[in-house]
Amino acid sequence: MNIYSQISANKTKTWLIIFVFVIFITTILFVYGKASGYGLSYAGIGLIISGLITFASYYYSDKMILGMSNARQIQKKDNPQLFRIVENLCIGAGIPMPKIYIIDDSAPNAFATGRDPRHSVVCVTTGILEKLNKAELEGVIAHELSHVQNYDIRLMAIVVILVGLVALLADFFMRSLWYGGNRRDRESSNSQSIFLFIGIILAVLSPIIATLIQLAVSRKREFLADASGALLTRYPDGLASALEKIAKDKEPLEVANNATAHLYIANPFKGKIDGSWFANLFNTHPPIEERIKILRSM
Amino acid sequence: MDINLILIIAVILVVLFVWFTYNSLATGKVRIKEALSGIDVQLKRRVDLVPNLIEAVKGYAKHEKSLLENVTKARSSLMRASTTQEKAVSDNMLSNALKSLIAISEAYPDLKASKNFLQLQEELSDIEAKIAYARQFFNTNVSSYNSTLVNFPGSIIGNMFAFKQEEFFEASEAERKNVKVAF
Repeated sequence: MNIYSQISANKTKTWLIIFVFVIFITTILFVYGKASGYGLSYAGIGLIISGLITFASYYYSDKMILGMSNARQIQKKDNPQLFRIVENLCIGAGIPMPKIYIIDDSAPNAFATGRDPRHSVVCVTTGILEKLNKAELEGVIAHELSHVQNYDIRLMAIVVILVGLVALLADFFMRSLWYGGNRRDRESSNSQSIFLFIGIILAVLSPIIATLIQLAVSRKREFLADASGALLTRYPDGLASALEKIAKDKEPLEVANNATAHLYIANPFKGKIDGSWFANLFNTHPPIEERIKILRSM
Repeated sequence: MDINLILIIAVILVVLFVWFTYNSLATGKVRIKEALSGIDVQLKRRVDLVPNLIEAVKGYAKHEKSLLENVTKARSSLMRASTTQEKAVSDNMLSNALKSLIAISEAYPDLKASKNFLQLQEELSDIEAKIAYARQFFNTNVSSYNSTLVNFPGSIIGNMFAFKQEEFFEASEAERKNVKVAF
């Protein structure tokens, strides 16, 4: 798969996810409305709300993500060496210079976000700047710029916001079903209990669906970004030894959460999550050893 | 099925194919041109830096006349260059001349320690890294354009509309030998 087909696949997937999200929210609200006896008007509200949410997340997801991660923007004079690395690699990749953000955390990690190469952000932790040498840092930045160039950033940012919302909504829905259960002053017909049943099923299913979407978007693109990053620096060993250092470092990144975890170059939790099946569902990173092995054999 | 219908569909498919291939070749050419101007920006930065560098060296190493002349010559040939090939050759020449100019600083401790010289040297190595990346981007574009052009079926469209293969930004081996700078 070359980069141009990857870009168009990503754009299609983005629209698909938006479409599925709108349908999903509308259906859930429709079912919820039916179950609680209000009917169609809920579906209309769902359509409007989900439309507004997608619109907002398309334009502002990067800002929300950076806010969630406590990142701050830096200028060239703050770290000229980092800026030079990014400038050079951008020239090599033929993309405009992204904004640079820093997270004050000693855990080494990095991510890229934005909606297209013209509106993109590369974010690194202070830990990664301290612990990696120049060649390794170049490898990491090249990996992130490949995400920018492939439009991975748009897809992943939308996924963070929409999937995060679906999970929230499912949670809220379950609660209101629970507490609203004894409000039975309306005539209870058969159809209403059927909708109630579907409603519960949807609520149970939604986090799983959300997680599956997240998985589908994330695994292969890490390998692809590794490969195109290595093509950009012409030095796969740089990224390989960077990943080795990141893997060896056992410190988890505190600002990462389940919604943003898949943005990072390596799993920010460092396997320190409780190992429950649910937490593992959110583990979207391919094994780091496998990535290193592929890079070393290039 | 009606034979006319099949014919019409076939014609439409052919037209679409020609259309898309032509467009991808034309886009490829535009990308190459953009990439070349990306190289030009960096080459210009280096051309502008050279006089400062020469001034800095002159102050400490007056006797390295031939070296300084080599640099000046290479610089002016780069400024005159118009085709990709000429640019690549004189860029290569200037790189080599500058390399030996930087190398003589080893023999002049005062020059080596000069703050101005150090700063210029740092800037030069930054520009050189950027030139290298700009060349890489240019050559990637050229190679993808050329491969569309030589492979079937792009080659047919290429011939039809007289698209020509583009040159890579690199000095050929023979030319590299010609401009070798003597120490």
